[in-house]
Amino acid sequence: MAAPTAAGKVTGSKSADRPIRVAKKRDLPFPLNIYQTAVGKKWVMAVTGVILLGFVLFHMFGNIKLYLGVIEHDGERLYDIDIYAEGLRELLTPIFPRTWLLWLLRGGLIVAFGLHIHSAYTLTRMNAVVNRQYQSKRDWLAANFASRSMRVTGIIVGLYLLFHLADLTWGWIPGYDWERGQVQANVVNSMSNPVVAIIYIVANVLLAVHIFHGAYSMFQSLGINNPRYNSVRRNLATALAVIILVGNVSFPIAVLAGIIDYDPNLVSA
Amino acid sequence: MSTRLNLTLSIWRQADADSPGRFETYPAKDIPDDASFLEMLDIVNEGLIENGQEPIEFPHDCREGICGTCGVMINGRAHGQEKGTATCQLHMRKFNDGDTIVIEPWRAAAFPVIKDLVVDRSPLDRIIEAGGYIGAPTGTAPDANEILIPKEVADSSMDAAACIGCGACVAACPNSAAQLFTSAKLWHLNSLPQGQTERFRRSENMVETMEEFFGSCTNHGECTEACPKEISQDFIAYMNRDYVKSKVFNRRLAGQH
Repeated sequence: MAAPTAAGKVTGSKSADRPIRVAKKRDLPFPLNIYQTAVGKKWVMAVTGVILLGFVLFHMFGNIKLYLGVIEHDGERLYDIDIYAEGLRELLTPIFPRTWLLWLLRGGLIVAFGLHIHSAYTLTRMNAVVNRQYQSKRDWLAANFASRSMRVTGIIVGLYLLFHLADLTWGWIPGYDWERGQVQANVVNSMSNPVVAIIYIVANVLLAVHIFHGAYSMFQSLGINNPRYNSVRRNLATALAVIILVGNVSFPIAVLAGIIDYDPNLVSA
Repeated sequence: MSTRLNLTLSIWRQADADSPGRFETYPAKDIPDDASFLEMLDIVNEGLIENGQEPIEFPHDCREGICGTCGVMINGRAHGQEKGTATCQLHMRKFNDGDTIVIEPWRAAAFPVIKDLVVDRSPLDRIIEAGGYIGAPTGTAPDANEILIPKEVADSSMDAAACIGCGACVAACPNSAAQLFTSAKLWHLNSLPQGQTERFRRSENMVETMEEFFGSCTNHGECTEACPKEISQDFIAYMNRDYVKSKVFNRRLAGQH
């Protein structure tokens, strides 16, 4: 027979009785105290994830106007996407001055991005402290590629976002003459470079992978769990990831294929 | 007649918490296929003792799958490849002759190795201690069925109470998180009328004690796969819900809800 297992309190530097992490020094006032804990941070990550997912969906939906080409608008012939872009700046214009609501929305998105990244960073650090790696090979049963690569896909999508802003919002990427307000021209000129198009395609595949796990995970983090609709959660996440993937990847491909193009002769001068 | 198996074991050996550990290879010869996994280790240990070698320490107690003492990583899976089975209930007939079996202790910063395959899981006790009490009547025996509990609620609570506290959820989690354990212990009480008195204080205290030792949940679902009682990760969502409620509710006004 095997010897009985060791009993009694374990002494030495690696006693399990002492907290691994330093307990928080003091409670911040409500609602900041929620964010002091891992469960609360996951809650914030989920809420900001919903906001960002909403943005990504709406952004993709708006970009479909790239396919609509030139339309009549106030007696002028203009690219539909350019009218849409100007429309975003003029959201609720009789109430707010031009671009005010847009900047309000942008501010909300920047805060959501900041909190999403900060909660991910602090939770990753926390998990690195409490985790110990196995010395033998792990056999994963439930964890999938998407769930295990959230940190990597998140970082790459974040870097891609900066590239995307530099490319089409700020016009910092050399290779074409960026012009403010000329969305159709900028998109076509940028993505007709195959290298840029591949960056867009790869980044949006990774974004879809990120959403595949994130859109499922947020339900659990927010405590949204009901046997009546639990089976829908995975399907919903898959559907959202596929919609984002197909929509966003189609734009660079359509530009390369010449389906989306820009002809300055078609618009009114 | 049972079939006999000849196996190769690669087992983590570590003298104590402060010593470095390493994998050692042992032959396991002539193992009857109706032996349990722990009986197989017993047979190997008898051989080691006869040769004057140090036997392999492994955690075990009831060997009936209900005490939660046993538990090792077997070929990269907590409690081995059989779903809903503790290590003691895993039988050698599930392995093939000539297999190599890699056995490693649970890994988590909160679970330091005591010796070989035995780890110290007392942080799980710290979480239980933080839970406080339930409103259990003392004095004369209460009348039967005095507190009515819907059958579905009793079932749900019982599903959570099936947790034997073995720590496989922590061991299987890529973040060393104890969410499945803590949420099962919470839902066991939080779902019942007797558990309402302390519901939100309990949720707050147990979650915050858990976070002093363990990681955060990233919803992989490895814990449920590893759990010998197949406890659902749904309870983790209920715990997240109750925890945030515990912060938001003003408990002085609880009667208004």
